[in-house]
Amino acid sequence: MTTTPLPSITPQPDALGRFGRFGGKYVPETLMPALSELEAAYEQYQRDPQFLSELQSLLRDYVGRPSPLYFAERLTQHYARPDGTGPQIYLKREDLNHTGAHKINNALAQVLLAKRMGKQRIIAETGAGQHGVATATVCARFGLQCVIYMGIHDMERQALNVFRMRLLGATVQPVEAGTGTLKDATSEAIRDWVTNVETTHYILGSVAGPHPYPMMVRDFHTIIGEETRRQCQEKWGGLPDILLACVGGGSNAMGLFHNFLAEQTVRIIGVEAAGEGTQTAHHAATLTKGQPGVLHGAMSYLLQDPEGQVTEAHSISAGLDYPGVGPEHSYLMETERAEYYSVTDMEAVAAFQRLSELEGIIPALETSHAIAYLETLCPQLTGSPRIVLNCSGRGDKDVQTVAKYLEEQSA
Amino acid sequence: MLKWALLTTLLFPSMTSVSQRFQTLKAQSQCALIPFITAGDPDLETTAKALLVLDQAGADLIELGVPYSDPLADGPTIQAAATRALGRGVKLDDVLQIVRHVAPEIQAPIILFTYYNPIYHRGVKAFFEQIAAAGVKGLVIPDLPLEEADEILAIAQQVGVEVTLLVAPTSPSERIAAIARQSQGFIYLVSVTGVTGARTEVASRVEELLPQLRAVTDKPVGVGFGVSEPQHAQTLKAWGVDAVIVGSAIVKRLAQGTPEEGLAAIAQFCQSLKSAIS
Repeated sequence: MTTTPLPSITPQPDALGRFGRFGGKYVPETLMPALSELEAAYEQYQRDPQFLSELQSLLRDYVGRPSPLYFAERLTQHYARPDGTGPQIYLKREDLNHTGAHKINNALAQVLLAKRMGKQRIIAETGAGQHGVATATVCARFGLQCVIYMGIHDMERQALNVFRMRLLGATVQPVEAGTGTLKDATSEAIRDWVTNVETTHYILGSVAGPHPYPMMVRDFHTIIGEETRRQCQEKWGGLPDILLACVGGGSNAMGLFHNFLAEQTVRIIGVEAAGEGTQTAHHAATLTKGQPGVLHGAMSYLLQDPEGQVTEAHSISAGLDYPGVGPEHSYLMETERAEYYSVTDMEAVAAFQRLSELEGIIPALETSHAIAYLETLCPQLTGSPRIVLNCSGRGDKDVQTVAKYLEEQSA
Repeated sequence: MLKWALLTTLLFPSMTSVSQRFQTLKAQSQCALIPFITAGDPDLETTAKALLVLDQAGADLIELGVPYSDPLADGPTIQAAATRALGRGVKLDDVLQIVRHVAPEIQAPIILFTYYNPIYHRGVKAFFEQIAAAGVKGLVIPDLPLEEADEILAIAQQVGVEVTLLVAPTSPSERIAAIARQSQGFIYLVSVTGVTGARTEVASRVEELLPQLRAVTDKPVGVGFGVSEPQHAQTLKAWGVDAVIVGSAIVKRLAQGTPEEGLAAIAQFCQSLKSAIS
């Protein structure tokens, strides 16, 4: 691998919550004191030994961490050259976490924070339902009232997760506005927070939203990268060569990437959802096709029309179906520390099938986007670089969507 | 930039600023009525007529909402109005076109209410030059708190548009003082922790917040969010506010029935609000 000079990046946002020109706090005044309160609480408890030890023991005994770093032997063989060399593909198995995705890392940590802040009511937004399920789970565990905002379109395509959330005692609040997807659910959750801010904590599920969320959510997921680093050391005594993760809002990607940002030999790649193709109007490739703007409290890349109206995103994956992206990803792209590409619905579904057939692992449709990018990436590589792909979630929730998609394709 | 302000003044000598309007009202010991409508709902022609009708019916200033795809601070009524307007293809330039035509015809200065992204997308400087040239006198940006407002406030001053900042019931006293210092034209006191939309009662917290504001500023204070009945306006006036801002209750009436029926309804409602505070 060729090494490029390390771009000058700062891993922490400034006092206004900015990564370069991205981030900040673009919210109604009513929320500003709550954001300051959250910032102060996070600042305090991230150094609090009791908080950290409670979090660590729950991550181990309740979530099931550390998640394994698994060598995907048959997937690796699939991309091997005739001479037997080729990229060595490892999967960071976040899909094996309790509730089936990385989302629980953040939900658990935030609920511990909310308890210490004296908030008895929890709200969250969800797209694929994974963050909603994770939040409902930790609220059940700690006996807190829980309201999950979910777009009606997503409730239909992720019906299994709606049932799971209700089973866990959460109220699932349907959001009909707009396209009935993650963007609208997030707006509605923010409106609830504006209204009930004094009693309620908002467990935002991605590295998006106003400061301190992008930094805090990232920090709660950095355990993914920390474990990966240790596991790489154990397995081959070195660093990975390439990190690969899907990016919607971008929390699983930031969780994997952050620990390696200063390692100049590590190539970092995020994969967005191209939906029906970035040449069409039906995609969610925010970094590839968007422009800087403000959505849900942060300056970041954004899909928008010439009037600055936020446009509808499209992806077969509900978790990636979002016209925004976390501000730190915008920063990493502009500083060229990370590369961002996109894959279509069709490519993602093919990858969903491929991993199922080759490894006996049914990945989430979100994760399938990262897997699909191997098709493009692997033929470009020389030697046998080690790729760590964040297997961010499992795909049980998606089997009906994929079945329907395949039926439509063959019709 | 000074040139623009000068040019605007020369072109529209009759148009008063938001501050000037409040000074006049104060000299007459009057409480101002500020109705809000969403531009382009039910259509642009009705918006133009509504501005004239409200001006005639006792509006002292008028807030004109630019429809936006993700109005975080708005409740269902104004969200729906914005969605309808966007569905009809209403654009910022259409809204400014109406202001350009109607502003010279009316007494009430026009305050634009818009979310930040359309401003940023157009370019902050270009946006301000264009709204000033159209005759907009004030601006409210519900998702731009003090911390993000420096550039906006500086440019606004150059073009002669006053940017009014919001104070919320949750704002601690040191923030209230800082916001009051920076706010231009008046201070927009949000009456409830919540989004816009009609409420059955006026939040009693307003009564506690007012003296806090008075202690740190001489600027006029307007109260909005949830103010929806003449009785509310009367209560607020009794508490000593300088302006009452009524949005959803007007937007809802304007959207009911035919445009003519809507216009008649808001005229009557605006008059009843005005007489409640006169």
